[in-house]
Amino acid sequence: MPQQQHQGKLTSGWMGIHRGHKARPLEWLAEKFIFLVSLSTILMVFLIFVFVAREALPIFLGKENSALIKPVIPPADIDKLKSEELRAYLNLTEKQFQKMDRETKVDLMLVKQEAQSEIPERLLNDPDAKLNTTEWGAMLKPRQWASYNKPEYIWQPIGQIHKYNIIPLFVGSLKITIIGLLFAVPLAVGAAIYISQLARPRVREVVKPVIEMLSGIPSVVVGFFALLIMATVMQKVFGYETRLNAFVAGVALSFSVIPLVFSIAEDALTSVPRSYTQGALALGASRWQTAWQIVLPAATPGVFAAVVLGFGRAIGETMIVLMVCSASVMSWSIFDSARSITTTIAAEMAEAVAGGHHYRILFMLGAILFAVTFVSNMLGELVIHRLKHKMEGKR
Amino acid sequence: MTEIQNFKTRKFDFASFFFSGLTGFSTLLILAILAVILGNIIINGWPNLTWHFVSTIPKKDFFDPATTGVLPMIIGTTIRVFMMTIFVLPIGVITAIYLTEYAPSGSWLTRIIRAAVNNLAGVPSIVFGLFGLGFFINFIGRNMDQLMHNPGPVWGQPAVLWASLTLAVMTMPVVIVATEESLKAIPMGLREASLAIGATKLETIIRIVLPQALPGIMTGGILAVSRAAGEVAPILFTGVAYYMASLPGKLSDQFMDLGYHVFVLSTQSPDIEKTRPILYATVLVLLLLTFALNFVAVLIRARVRKKLRALG
Repeated sequence: MPQQQHQGKLTSGWMGIHRGHKARPLEWLAEKFIFLVSLSTILMVFLIFVFVAREALPIFLGKENSALIKPVIPPADIDKLKSEELRAYLNLTEKQFQKMDRETKVDLMLVKQEAQSEIPERLLNDPDAKLNTTEWGAMLKPRQWASYNKPEYIWQPIGQIHKYNIIPLFVGSLKITIIGLLFAVPLAVGAAIYISQLARPRVREVVKPVIEMLSGIPSVVVGFFALLIMATVMQKVFGYETRLNAFVAGVALSFSVIPLVFSIAEDALTSVPRSYTQGALALGASRWQTAWQIVLPAATPGVFAAVVLGFGRAIGETMIVLMVCSASVMSWSIFDSARSITTTIAAEMAEAVAGGHHYRILFMLGAILFAVTFVSNMLGELVIHRLKHKMEGKR
Repeated sequence: MTEIQNFKTRKFDFASFFFSGLTGFSTLLILAILAVILGNIIINGWPNLTWHFVSTIPKKDFFDPATTGVLPMIIGTTIRVFMMTIFVLPIGVITAIYLTEYAPSGSWLTRIIRAAVNNLAGVPSIVFGLFGLGFFINFIGRNMDQLMHNPGPVWGQPAVLWASLTLAVMTMPVVIVATEESLKAIPMGLREASLAIGATKLETIIRIVLPQALPGIMTGGILAVSRAAGEVAPILFTGVAYYMASLPGKLSDQFMDLGYHVFVLSTQSPDIEKTRPILYATVLVLLLLTFALNFVAVLIRARVRKKLRALG
C-alpha cells in the first residue's frame, strides 16, 4: 500500500509548523482541503438520503390526509380555534402561517368549505371517500373498493379517490427483476468462467472488453430495441397475448445487468490464487474440473456478491422498464404487464402536484428504493472485501 | 514416446467437454446479443443519418421525418455533459488523491469514504433524479430565488445547471475509481525519488504523480461522460424539456436531450411506422456519441491495467 511506505517530508503540525522543518502553511492548507473534499462522497450519500426522505416525511409520519371528505370548520369559527389547530387545518407551514393576515385565513377556510360542497352527491355516502389512502394500512392491505366484488390491491393515483396501494408496484419490480436475474446470472457467470479459466489469453483480451462494452449501451437504447424489435419477435416465438409484458422487460433488463455481473464474477474468479489451479491440474484434473470444483467454490462469495449487486442494478433500472411495460396490474404471471417502482416514479412525477400526497408518495417510493439498494450494495461490498482479504492472506 | 502420447489423448471426459462448451456458448450468446443490437441499429440507422438531420432545428411537430432534426438535442446533451465534467473532475480527482496518497489504509474513516463511493455507484439513477428535484431545485433553487427576490421561480425549477449537478453527483464514483486505478499504477520509486531529493509530498503529487496519471484521469472523465450522455432518468425532473423552440442560453434554461428524445419518439409517436427511420437515426447518433467515447476509454484503461499488472 503506497500510503504506508513513504513518509518523507510530511507537511504536518499546525499550519505546517513543525520542528526542524520550514513552515509551509499553504501546503498544510492544501492538504486539509484535499481531506475535506474527499469527505464530499459521504456528504452526498447523506444528502441523498435526507432530501429524498424529507419530501416523504409527512407520509412516513402519517401526517398527510388524502381523504376526499374531510370535516369542515365554518369560517365564522376562526376565533374558536387555537393557532396551531388552524395551521394544521389549513395545511400551512409555520412561515406561511405567520405571514398571512386574518382575512386571507378566512378566505382559505371559505375555499375549503366550497371544495367540500362541490363533491358529487354519489360520493357523499361512499366510505371510500372518507378514507385516508396514505395511511400504512391502506397502502399495504387489500381493500374492497366500491363497485368491486372482492378486496384488491390497486394503485390508481388519478381520479377522485386516490388509490395508493404500493403492493402491485413491489410485485411488478420483483417480477421483472427476478426474470432479469434468471437470464443474466447464468449467462454472465458462465461467460466469466469461460473467460477467466478456459479461454486462451488472446481470446480473453479481445472478448472481455467487448462484453464490457455492453454496459456502454444507454438504457434508452436497450429499451428502444426491446420495444420495437424484441417484443414483436418474442411474441411470435412464444405466442402469448400481451405484446408488452414483464417477460420482455425482464429479458431486456438482463442486458444491462449482464456486464455488471460478468465483470465482478470475472474479477472474483481471476483473484483465486494460481497455485489452486496449478495444484489441481498437476493432480490430473481437467480444465473444467479445476474450474468447477476448485476455482468456483473458492470464488463463490464473489459470485454471490455479483448477484447481489446485479439485483441492486436490476431493481433500480428505470428507462428499459418504463418503455416496455407500464400498466399497474396486480398479477404474478410473467406474461402480464407490470409496473415497477422506478417506472411509477418516472412516469407520474410530472403530473403530481408538488407538495401533494401523490408527490410525497412517489418520494417515499424513492426512499424505499434507496434503502433497498443501499442494503444490497453494502452486503455485496462486504462479501467482496472479505473475499479479497482471504485470497490475499492465502497467496 | 507412447507414454507421452497416452497422456495427451487421455480418456475423453464428456462432462468436461459439455460444460466447457456451455460456458463458451454463454459467452458467444452475450456477444451475439451485442452484435444483434448494434447491427440492427447501424443497418437501419445509417441510411437515415443525413447531414440535414443532424443540423436542423425541428419545428414543434418533430415526428415528421421530412422536416425534423436533432441539432438542439445534440447541443443540449453536449452542454449538460460538458458542465457535468467541469463539476465532477476536480472533486473526483481530489478524492482519489486523498484515497491513494493520504488516507491511512486501515482507518474507519477511509473505509467509510470507500463505502460511500461504492454506494454512490449503486444508487438507482431515478433516485438521483428525485435527489436533484428535492435538493437542488426545491431546496437550493428556491432559497436562491428568495434571496434574490425573484418575482417568479428562476432557479426553483428544472434547469440545465441542476441537471448537470445531479449527473455530476451520479458520475463521481466513476471518476474516483478510474483515477485511483491510474494513481496506483505509478511506481513507488518515482515518488520516493522525488521525496529523496527534497520535494514535499504535495509537490511530489502535483509535479510527479499527477502528470503520470493523466491518461487514467482522462479515462475516468471519458467514462463519466459516456455514462452520463446516455442517462435519462436523472434528468427527467431536473432539466429536460419535451420541446423548446430555442437553444438554451442561460444556466437556468431547460434543454432538449438526445436520450430523452429517443424515449419520446419511441413511446409518444402518433404513427410509429412513419417515425421509425428518424428514430433509428436518433438512436444511432446517441450510440455514436456514447460508444466512440467508451471505446477510447476501454483502450486507455486496458493499457493502464497492463502497466499495473506488470508492476504488481
